[in-house]
This record gives sequence, C-alpha cells and structure tokens, in this order.
Amino acid sequence: MAEIRHPRLAWQFGEVVETHPATPRAKSLLLDVPGWEGHKAGQHVDIRLTAEDGYQAQRSYSIASAPEDNRVELVVERLDDGEVSPYLTDELRPGDKLELRGPIGGWFAWEAKDGGPLFFVAGGSGIAPLMAMIRHRAAAGSDVSCHLLYSSRSREETIFAEELDQLAASDGSLQVFHTLTRSQPPDWTGYARRIDRVMLAEVSPEENPLAFVCGPTPLVESVATELVGLGHDARRIKTERFGPTGG
Amino acid sequence: MSEGFVSRGFRGRRRQTDDRLPPGQYLVEGFPVLSAGPTPRTPLDEWDFSISGEVDEPKRWTWEDFQALPSEEITRDIHCVTKWSKLGTAWEGVSIDTLLEGVETAAEHVLAFCDGGYTTNLPLEDVTGGRAWIAYAHDGKPLEPEHGGPARLLVPHLYFWKSAKWVRGLQLTTYDIPGFWESLGYHNYGDPWREQRYWGD
Amino acid sequence: MDERRLDGNAVGGLLGEVFTFEVTMAEAACDRCGTVAHVGETMAYVTEIGTVVRCARCDNALIRIAQNPRGYFLDLRGVSYLRF
Ligand SMILES: Cc1cc2nc3c(=O)[nH]c(=O)nc-3n(C[C@H](O)[C@H](O)[C@H](O)COP(=O)(O)OP(=O)(O)OC[C@H]3O[C@@H](n4cnc5c(N)ncnc54)[C@H](O)[C@@H]3O)c2cc1C
Ligand SMILES: [Zn+2]
Repeated sequence: MAEIRHPRLAWQFGEVVETHPATPRAKSLLLDVPGWEGHKAGQHVDIRLTAEDGYQAQRSYSIASAPEDNRVELVVERLDDGEVSPYLTDELRPGDKLELRGPIGGWFAWEAKDGGPLFFVAGGSGIAPLMAMIRHRAAAGSDVSCHLLYSSRSREETIFAEELDQLAASDGSLQVFHTLTRSQPPDWTGYARRIDRVMLAEVSPEENPLAFVCGPTPLVESVATELVGLGHDARRIKTERFGPTGG
Repeated sequence: MSEGFVSRGFRGRRRQTDDRLPPGQYLVEGFPVLSAGPTPRTPLDEWDFSISGEVDEPKRWTWEDFQALPSEEITRDIHCVTKWSKLGTAWEGVSIDTLLEGVETAAEHVLAFCDGGYTTNLPLEDVTGGRAWIAYAHDGKPLEPEHGGPARLLVPHLYFWKSAKWVRGLQLTTYDIPGFWESLGYHNYGDPWREQRYWGD
Repeated sequence: MDERRLDGNAVGGLLGEVFTFEVTMAEAACDRCGTVAHVGETMAYVTEIGTVVRCARCDNALIRIAQNPRGYFLDLRGVSYLRF
C-alpha cells in the first residue's frame, strides 16, 4: 500500500566499476551512480539486495570517497557468517548493478567549513566515513589540526594504511596513530592494545576538539564514555555505531 | 524501480522449509535475538511478578516466592513473525493456570507488561488451559537476559512477539488494549498457522 | 551494553521514506525526560519487526516505525516536539 517516495531518497541503481581488496578481509567497491548529486563526508548509503525468489536484505555502508570524487567508494568488511557482506566482497564484480539509496544522515558529517580541531577514532571498517572526511579535508585544502586514532587487528588488516601514511607524510597538521590489537610487525613502535583512556589522552588534540568515533558498537561506546571521562564536551562527540561487529 | 530486479548471484541466508512449520516460515538452528531496546537487567532481589487489574485481589510474588511455585518442563516449537521457526525448544517455568488459581475475574483480556516498557495483549483464554507459562529457564539453564531473563512469557501457539521478554506481570482487563507491536500494524491475535502477521490477515 | 544498538543517524534511510526533510538533523524533545537531541544522536534499535528510536538519556521510545504490507506505522508519542 503506502508508496511514500521522497525523491532524494528513492532507490536507484549504481554500477560497480571497480573492486579491489582493501585488506585480506575487506573489499573496496567503486560505484558509478548516475545522477548522484554528491554527499557530505560521513554520510552513508543503504544497499538492498534481491534474490531470485524476491527475498530482500538491506544494510548500510558508509561512503569512504570524498565529496569531490565523482565515484562512490564503499569499503566492506567480510563477516564469515554474515548474509550481505560476503556477497559484496566475494560475488559482486565490475558491471554488476547494485540497488542503493542515499546519501543518508546529516548528523555524522563534516565539511571543511565546520572547522576543528578534529579528533577521529576508528575501529576496523569504521574508518570508512572518517576516510571521506580526511580526503575531503585534503581536497578542500583545509589545514585544521586533525588526529586520527585507528584500531586494526594487524598491519595487513589496516584499511587505507598506505594512503593514510602518504597523507600524513605530506601534511603537518594531520597525525595518524595506529593501534594493532592482534599482531604487530617486528619493528612496530605504535600501540598494540585495545583503545583505552590513556591512549585517548595521549593522542587527543588539545583544546576542545570535535570528535568523530566510528566502528563496532562496543568500541564506539567505550571510546565515547572514556572521552567524556577525560573531560571532552559530550556535545562535541559524534558517533556512528556499525552494530555488533565490523572489526 | 526495482521491479523484477535481481542481484546477480544473491541468494540470502539459506532458508530451509519443513512441513512441520506454519506457512511462510523457515527453520533456524541458532536462537536469533531481536532487540527493540536495551536489555534490562533487573536484580533478582528487586524482581517481582504481579497479577493486577480486573481481579478481586491483586497478587504478587517475589523471585523467591516464584521459585517455590510448582514448575513445569515445556517443549514446544516457536515461530517468529520475522519468519524463523525453531523446533522443540525446551523451557521450564510456571503455568499461568497456577498463577491465576483462585483469582476471581470478569476480565477477558490480558496485557503483559515488562521491564523496558514492552507490552503485548492476549485473550485470557489463550494464556490459560495449559497454553502459557512464565519461563525462567531454557535448555536447562537460567534464561539469559538477551532472551528475556530472568523470566519471559511463553505462549508458543502464537507468534513469538507475544512471548514477551522480561515480563513482570499480567494486567487483566475487560477490554482489549493493543500492545507494543499490535498497535503498529501487527495482528492483534497472531496465530502462525493462519499466518496472522499483520492487521487484516 | 547492547551490541546491537545503532545511532539514530543509521535509520535516516527508513525515516527518509516518511519525512521529506533530512530528519536526522531535526531536534527531538523527549516527552519523558525533556532531553533535546538531534534525531541522529539518539539510539536506534533496528529489527525486522520494526525500528525503535530511543532517547539516549532515558531510553524512552521516541519514534516507533514499522513498515509492513499494511503500510508505514509511525508512532511519535514519545516526542513532545520535533524542531527543524
Ligand atoms: C550507518 C552504518 C554504516 C555502516 N558502514 C559500514 C561500512 O562502511 N563497512 C562495513 O563493512 N560495514 C558497515 N556497516 C555494517 C553493515 O551495515 C553490516 O551490518 C555488516 O556488513 C554485516 O552485515 P552482514 O549481512 O554481512 O552480516 P549479518 O548477517 O547482519 O550478521 C552480522 C554479524 O553479526 C552477528 N549478528 C547479527 N545480528 C545479530 C543478532 N541479532 N544477535 C547476535 N548477533 C548478531 C552475526 O552473527 C554476524 O556475525 C555499517 C552499519 C551502519 C549502521
Ligand atoms: Zn528521555
């Protein structure tokens, strides 16, 4: 019955133009979405899959590409017992059509004009919307101070590792801190434990940063709680929970 | 827009049907958790269960009182409106017949209320006659909070949203008060064998 | 802690089927405790039966929405006002 359609959020098709492994367990999908009117860094899309028998499954994925990029990039982490993510990482290939709607959400978003300083905290695929912000910040030539604390299982499971290193090397106001929770390379000098209060205090930029925290729900909730405990202004902490899993 | 569209190679979670199942249902092995709110964790020394509303005298049991009531072992199939079913689930709990013993009432309906604010409505006759329980154990172990512990309503002959988690009491009423999902388009009675999922089914 | 909860922001797609503006940026006042927060900052519980958006402070059900073959059912009883 009720067919309510908001044109901005109507379901539409994107075409997969390229896929490549982001890590052994995550895939980067590049989509061409005809008529895409752009997005704000931090927003997500809803993806809907339809089986032959009409069965449908729907999930949300953050946009990792900068608004300045004309292709939409998603990074999907494979959950072995998942319903949708293994399809997106293993089955989907260039030329396939993907039904989606978006961009969605104005709350967990950042534009260069919003300023900083910025404090980004990510776990696993939670880097995706923050990557869009980091890329947007670079593309817009913003020099607001930006610190990223990124938790991954290991170096090879660190999504966007090289691009982050390159961006940080060429930009004095961007600092990237990694923590590797499961295994570390022999010469590793970074953190090697789950994010905790001490770590947050060590890497947080000074003076009342605007904080964006994204990843699996347990990580997001513990980081948000610790930040408030450290005296951060709760109204300047924005969160995006991915659910029970995701890194 | 998606008329006739199929995502190439997508099958979804394998859905296994079985002729012991009501129409439109498929079998699951695990025990899916559906949470419409945070999981309440009421300490047992603060927990009680009450029968209230249209009764000659309200009744109330503490956790200790409740454990002293005669309990039953129940093995039944359960059917969720989201289409999964689980066969032969094992429970232990107190029959509602036991709780209503000696209660005089003109009520024809009950509204189950729960920690966290959830409610569900049922005809009184569907929770009596050995068809409904307050269950506090599943598979021989105390019921886990995510599955409704310390205690949940168990009404296996109706869709499983009627088997309210974290139940704290039954309000007996002469009129019908639609519950949390019943007021949001879901069927007031919810018989899986007649596929009563939504209003009008 | 509840591993399955999400931010209100996550249900912008579903709410966007009903509201014609970017509802995650609207402010919702909780009818129980008075807390005013953007819809995107609240807590969302997404299930196959329906979605419940709750006050981050007191867990009051602000918005309940079910979408099924009988239509969209939107219950805003827990919100004293939406400002946008
Ligand atoms: C706003 C938003 C943005 C997101 N962005 C991204 C992104 O950029 N990249 C990304 O990879 N993911 C992202 N996610 C997560 C994504 O939407 C999916 O949840 C994820 O891909 C898993 O989907 P799935 O179908 O593979 O797994 P599912 O079949 O949904 O199962 C996922 C896992 O969770 C467990 N699980 C699921 N439901 C329950 C339950 N009820 N009880 C207990 N365990 C359960 C399962 O056992 C399984 O291990 C985002 C989520 C949100 C809300
Ligand atoms: Zn409140």
